[in-house]
Amino acid sequence: MTVALVLVSVVFALAGALALVRIIRGPSILDRMVATDCLLAVVLAAVVAEAAYTRDATSLPVVVVLSVLGFTGSVAVSRFATRGRRRNEPEPPVKGRGDDS
Amino acid sequence: MTLEAVFDVVAAVCIAAGALLSLSAGIALIRFPDLMSRMHAATKPQTLGLLLVLLGCGLRLGAGPEVLTLLLIALFQLATAPVAAHMVGRAGYRDRRLRADLLIVDELAADADRIGREEDGRRSGERPPS
Repeated sequence: MTVALVLVSVVFALAGALALVRIIRGPSILDRMVATDCLLAVVLAAVVAEAAYTRDATSLPVVVVLSVLGFTGSVAVSRFATRGRRRNEPEPPVKGRGDDS
Repeated sequence: MTLEAVFDVVAAVCIAAGALLSLSAGIALIRFPDLMSRMHAATKPQTLGLLLVLLGCGLRLGAGPEVLTLLLIALFQLATAPVAAHMVGRAGYRDRRLRADLLIVDELAADADRIGREEDGRRSGERPPS
């Protein structure tokens, strides 16, 4: 079981690090928001996996609260991101094309 | 091999699968070209990955009140993740944060154009009473 713990921890850490890279580099705020949601999901899964390893449900309410916070944050940021552009302004150029892949 | 040992192995497999889904989402967040495809990838650990990990946790914890908490987490995540993704996708579409050359079909384009023209006409016509 300890081998499984180490493997799962490494995989979760790698996934979180990759999401963090996208948060840092993401060209728009929505890319960062998507990556933040993903990072939050990874953290949720890691906390649940920790609860499974220790057979201790103490940290499960943390998961509930984090899930609520992630939802409200994502909705608030996407509302904020659309506000401000008027309909008859010229359309902004397509973003997110200039990065690597 | 007792039943508990079998449950432990199944739980480990479930949690490992959830972790691999998280890793795939992380890789896809780096590799995928635009917001919409990154959203597609980011939903994997949010729903299926988390559900697998919760299933593994439930198998480890056994019957008890903790299962209700796990069920609550699963239900809440299933209810909120599509709503949040819808909001982000709508904001992204309105800001044109997508690569039109990668789309095979854009079913929203006709309606979005029509609504935009109607609003422009209303704006340039008589001013609505404020």
